[in-house]
Amino acid sequence: MNWLINTFGTSIGKKLLMALSGACFIGFLLGHLGGNTTLYFGKEAFNSYAEHLHALGILVNIAEISLLTLLVIHVVTGVTLFFQNLGARPQRYAVSKRAGGRTWASATMPYTGVLILIFVIFHLINFHFVEKTLDNTIFDIVSKTFVQPEFMIFYIIAMIIVAFHVSHGFWSLFQTLGANHPKYMPIITRVGIILSLVFGIGFGLLPIFVPLIAS
Amino acid sequence: MTTEEKNINITLKVWRQKSPDVKGRLETIEARDISTDMSFLEMLDTINEGLIIQSKEPIEFDNDCREGICGMCGAVVDGIPHGPESAMTLCQLHMRKFKNEDIIFVEPWRARAFPIIKDLIVDRSALDKIIQSGGFVSIAAGGAPDANSIPISQDIAEKAMDAAACIGCGACVAACPNASAMLFVSAKISQLALLPQGKPEAAQRAWNMVNTMDDCGFGNCTNEKECEAVCPKKISIVNIARMNREFFKSGFASQVL
Ligand code: FES
Repeated sequence: MNWLINTFGTSIGKKLLMALSGACFIGFLLGHLGGNTTLYFGKEAFNSYAEHLHALGILVNIAEISLLTLLVIHVVTGVTLFFQNLGARPQRYAVSKRAGGRTWASATMPYTGVLILIFVIFHLINFHFVEKTLDNTIFDIVSKTFVQPEFMIFYIIAMIIVAFHVSHGFWSLFQTLGANHPKYMPIITRVGIILSLVFGIGFGLLPIFVPLIAS
Repeated sequence: MTTEEKNINITLKVWRQKSPDVKGRLETIEARDISTDMSFLEMLDTINEGLIIQSKEPIEFDNDCREGICGMCGAVVDGIPHGPESAMTLCQLHMRKFKNEDIIFVEPWRARAFPIIKDLIVDRSALDKIIQSGGFVSIAAGGAPDANSIPISQDIAEKAMDAAACIGCGACVAACPNASAMLFVSAKISQLALLPQGKPEAAQRAWNMVNTMDDCGFGNCTNEKECEAVCPKKISIVNIARMNREFFKSGFASQVL
């Protein structure tokens, strides 16, 4: 097994860990968004979706543990890379300019990453670790949260940050996996942008929409 | 156009550092009457002549061919390695790119793996170490073979040639926000991995070169694409993707470790 540890321990190995875990999160976001679209169909639709999801029982627990493991991998590797990269240039340039490669999204990956982590913890405390009863269904909890303007704004901003993170992460993970071909890369980049817009808009409109149908 | 109009006055903010261990600083040097026909290095020569006449230390900088092919020259000019012109080495940059009264910042490549020797000269032997660890084919080449005795398609030959255009100047490291050498290493791995002569040792080579790169203290690539934007030979990050594939083959599917 040494070969496995040694391979993942290299610079490219760590990139691979980021790419693979990142790919799983994009898959998760797609599923999560799919489920959340039931919110657009009202209280009953959303509550019944939640019920069906929890009826999966052990599968839900397996998914949760997998996601947590992936999160630990993504965060620990990301933090390691961040500090190694800082150390690789101890003296910064007095003047440094972008030559045309770097984008706002790519330059802020570590920071948007940290913000997303904070959001995820907050989000879980908000909606996941709360008692759900018959008169306090998940829909009630969600709508009670989003009628508070500060929560609404917080969630919208968080979704914009996620969109940013995905817009660089998506094409980047293909590049890391070695899938960069002049024929396909333009399409992959475009899909990444579309995907980040779908996440940003799909999730981001919920905090505005839910209070409207709840009242 | 008269000669006066072709000349400009500029202010250089240039990095001066006596030796590797002493602290360096940006020194302000005024240069008058610089011909816009000069190359950037000729401009530095002119300034140095002036400094020598005043019994001051000239600005040390690396250079050799001065025609953009050897990879010896290089400095970060106004925040961009090799200066503002794309696909060009510093020796090929001309002063006509600058305007009268411009303030120009000149700094050395900055990376932990490239310690400063003096002023603008950095020690790039880390790149040599990477080459020594695998950037070669260890077979006796013999005499020149007959043409087409080993068939190689035009497409592959072109790709290998594009990768082989790397002159090893280190601008990719200097430009990378993470001081990563992956564009350089990927070009060197690609030029051999693409060709039949390089294939037998491809797995060992990828493993050794990537590990040597890590040991030299370069940073990790985060796909910022700054390297390909400054590369004087327009080496593409498609090579980095290829290097990753070669490395995965070596790590997961070969017996080299
Ligand atoms: S001096 Fe040879 S490339 Fe510039």
